[in-house]
This record gives sequence, structure tokens and C-alpha cells, in this order.
Amino acid sequence: MKRLFVFATLLFAILFTAPAWAEEMPAAAAAVTAAADTATAAAPAAPVPNKGDTAWLITATLLVVMMAAPGLGLFYGGMVRSKNMLSVLMQTLVVFCLLGVLWATYGYSLTFTDGNAFIGGFDKLFMKGVTPETVVATFTKGVVLPEYIFAAFQLTFAAITPALIIGGFAERIKFSAVLIFTVLWFTFSYIPMAHMVWYWAGPDAFTSAEAAEKASEFAGFLFNKGALDFAGGTVVHINAGVAALVGALMIGPRIGYRRESMAPHSLTMTMVGASLLFVGWFGFNVGSAMEAGATAALAFFNTLVATCAATVAWTVIEAIFKGKPSMLGAVSGAIAGLVVITPACGLVGPMGAIVMGFLGGIACYWGVNGLKRMLGVDDSLDVFGVHGVGGILGALLTGVFASPELGGTGVWDYVANAPGVFDMGTQMIAQSWGVGTAVLWSGVVSYVAFKLIDVTIGLRVSPEDEREGLDITSHGESAYHA
Amino acid sequence: MKLISAIIKPFKLDEVRTALDVAGVQGVTVTDVKGFGRQKGHTELYRGAEYVVDFLPKVKIEAAVADELLDAAIAAIETAAATGKIGDGKIFVIDLEQAIRIRTGETGTEAL
Repeated sequence: MKRLFVFATLLFAILFTAPAWAEEMPAAAAAVTAAADTATAAAPAAPVPNKGDTAWLITATLLVVMMAAPGLGLFYGGMVRSKNMLSVLMQTLVVFCLLGVLWATYGYSLTFTDGNAFIGGFDKLFMKGVTPETVVATFTKGVVLPEYIFAAFQLTFAAITPALIIGGFAERIKFSAVLIFTVLWFTFSYIPMAHMVWYWAGPDAFTSAEAAEKASEFAGFLFNKGALDFAGGTVVHINAGVAALVGALMIGPRIGYRRESMAPHSLTMTMVGASLLFVGWFGFNVGSAMEAGATAALAFFNTLVATCAATVAWTVIEAIFKGKPSMLGAVSGAIAGLVVITPACGLVGPMGAIVMGFLGGIACYWGVNGLKRMLGVDDSLDVFGVHGVGGILGALLTGVFASPELGGTGVWDYVANAPGVFDMGTQMIAQSWGVGTAVLWSGVVSYVAFKLIDVTIGLRVSPEDEREGLDITSHGESAYHA
Repeated sequence: MKLISAIIKPFKLDEVRTALDVAGVQGVTVTDVKGFGRQKGHTELYRGAEYVVDFLPKVKIEAAVADELLDAAIAAIETAAATGKIGDGKIFVIDLEQAIRIRTGETGTEAL
């Protein structure tokens, strides 16, 4: 106690004698301080990234990397026949890494700089001008993140999205065709969609109505339409789902489709992969809050409960209609729930999330059964049935459950810096714009890209190679040795 | 000498092995096999895709026995492999011309 008192006295003494020390400073140094003070007064101090936010975004980015390798690879790999296991693992890993390089060279610039409403510019080509000190806006005024971690987080989104498409044409595509398609599709579909949905000037630019109008000049087409997409329902899931469907349609079914058994070779691997996706998805959805704060907590809770609801829904509906609840069904339900809640996770309430999860589980169950039969396309790993259907449903339901009357957060008016007016009709129109644009844009780009590859190098491996399996014929190795 | 070739349900293998041991059979060869009989196959469902699995996994046991041991060996397998349900399997008996123990060169029942 006595020691504490001495310490406090010392502290007190130091604090109050500090100005006295300052007075003893040489005149020149004082002049510098004065000049600096004037500068600070003229322009308010630039915001500094919060270490908590930064630490969370680093963690979230790592989680999304884990989704791609090994999560998605194992999830997809387990569902193919054992002779094609390595080809799927290889495609997911190399597509992710190739896209990482493209993102840094031109993807980041074309997505997140001023250009027009559909695509950005070349200001940050080769990461020009990005330094450890440059910062980007989040969703709160005066809160920023180091630009490098923002660019890395967005890299993982850009890189995992084309990897999702692989499931549509698995077990029969040429490896070179996968890579060329990926480059074309990323450049002409992913980048414009991401720019249209996510690019804006940041909350700090919205100081007055005029400033807001000026700030919106360069914002993305769908952002200005008011389409809500918290973590990438349109940009990632509808975009990838449609591309996979078009790919499966154009490349044609696998040899022996519907006549021979194409049963998954290891549902244990699929379960491990799906679990890694489940965990990694918290980086994806919660990281999209850009801050380690209240919205992140909401996104976390919603992602969790929606996934649980969808898993339960799929299990119950499968047990009713097919007689037995399957493990593959349950993990498909989990992925469906994650997809459905992605655009909504930071915008709806927990009961809205549960309803969305239930509906997502049921809709995607229909996507891989009824709809798949109707379309008659060999979308091998049901990318459209789960990501396409779940993405579309999620994007539309976001417009419903974001409503404050249904427990959602509504929309934020950045000019007033207060909750804005939410009108469900207007919001549904905005959401439909998002869905329609994603379906059309990705559909057209995918068609042209696949067509180009088909007439130049060809999309498919030879029938003999397909029979023997892509592991040996495309990669010269086999996954399992008996 | 006879060669007994029995197809049984995989989970019955341990019981059959013990029963044959008790009956005095000196050794058996076991193989994992697939096939169909009256039990037919089953249907597997993966999301929307249904596959009929025609061949069911079974275990084949082969044992070479002296003529006087044959009835006891057959009885041992019959009792140990039975569940009373369809798919319990079958026992085949074949005449065996010769048997040779590689290490010693013994032949006939000496080699069994």
C-alpha cells in the first residue's frame, strides 16, 4: 500500500512537471511543433487502422484461404470417382493460386479503383501506390483498414470463386481448358461483378447530399441501385453457379452419365472438406464486416444459425422423401445454408437467418433433385443446384429479412449517419437487379469463354483418357495405391 | 482330399474361423469378393443420383481337408455362418487331386 502511494506521487509529479520541461525546449524545436500544429488544425488527423480490426481481417483472410485449400478440394474431391481425385485437388489449388497472381497484377486495380459503373481503372495496376501505410474505408465513418490486408482479403474471394465452378465440369475437362477459362471468366465476369456490387467511395465521402451524389458518381452500378450483398451472394455464388451450369451444358455429360455408377469415392473426405468450408466461411462472412465489431458479431451469429437450420431442413426433407437421411445430404444442407446467408449475414436478425436457412435447405434439395432432372445437365457436383439456387434465394430473401420490421438492420443513411428508410418493395427491386445482372452477365461471359476454348484447344479430354481417369492421364499420378 | 470353397457374410468370418479350428481344419485362405445371388443388390442415393449396387461384398473361404474331415468342416461352416436370412452364402466342395507343402516336399494329406 505504501509502495503504491509512492508510485502514485511520482506519477503525479511527472505529469505536472512535464510542461515545465517543454518550456526548456530550444526555440527551433518549438517552432517546428507550432508549424505541425497549424497543419493538423487545417486538416483533421488521418484515421489510423485499429489493431483489433486489422488482426481480425488477417485471421479472416487466412480462414478463407483454408476454405480453398484444402476445404473445397476435399469437399469436391470426395464426391468424384477415385480415378479423378487428384485432378480435382489440383484444379482447386492451382486455380486459386493463379487467380492470386492475377488479382495482384490487375484484378485489384480493375475492381477497387475509380473507372465507370461497371469496371474500375488501372490506377493500382501491379499494386502501384499501395504501401503499408495506405488505408481503405470500412463501413463506419473514420474507421480504416491497412490496404494490404483489404486487398489480400478480397484476393481470397476472387480466387475461391472460380475454384467453385470446377464442380460443374469435373471428371472430364482438360486442365489447360480450366486455366484458360478461369483467366477469361475472372477478367470479364468476376471483376465487373465485384466492382458493380462492392465499389464505392466509402462512408467518409457521404458528408452532405451533394457530396453523396458526387461520391456515387464512380460507385458500382449495383451499389448505386441499392442492391445489398453483404459477403458475396451475387458476386461469388450466383456468379459461379451460373458459370458452372453453362460449363456443364457446353462440355456435355460425363461418359456413362445416368447409366454407370458415379458414386462419390469418399464421403469421409467430403465431410472433412465441408467442415473446413463451414469453419472457413466465418472468415468469409464475418470478415466482410471489415471491422471486429457489432456487425461482425451479428454476421457470426447469423451464419451459425442459418447453417444449422439448413442442415436440419435438408436432413428432414430427405428422410421424408427418400426414406433415409444421408450424410452427403446433411453436409449439402450445411453448404446450402452458408450460401443462402452469405448476402444477408450482417443485415438480418437471427430469426430471419433461421428462416432463410430452412428455406435454403429445402430450395437446394430441390436444386439437386427436381431442378437437376428438369435441366438434364450433368452439373457433376451440383454447383448450380447449391450455389446458384442458394445464391439467388439468398439475394432475394435479403431484401425481405433486412427489413427492421422482421428483425433486420435495414439500410444505413451515411449522409445523416443514422438508419435510413427501408422499403421492402424498393429493396426487392434492387435485389432483383443484382440477381438478374449476375445471371445474365455470368451466363454470357461463360458462354463466350467456353465457346472460344472449345473452338481453339478443345474443352474435353479424349474418351479413352476420361475412361482411364484424369489423375493418370492429365497429371501422371494416382491418388491411391492398392 | 476335398477343397471346400464357401461364400459367407463378411461379419461371420471370425465365427467361421473359430468353428473350423475346433473341427480340426489346419488352415484356410480368405478373399474379399463381390457377387450376387438371390439376395440381389441394394440402391444407393447420392443427392439426386440413384445407383443400384448389383454386387454385394462377401468373403470367400477356401480350405483343403482330408476326406474324413469333410463332414465336420461343412457342419462347422454351416452352423457358424448361418443367420437364417437371405444372403447367408453357399458352400461348394470340389475333389482335390494333389497337395504339396513347399517347404518339406510332403504330398497328399501329409501336406494339409
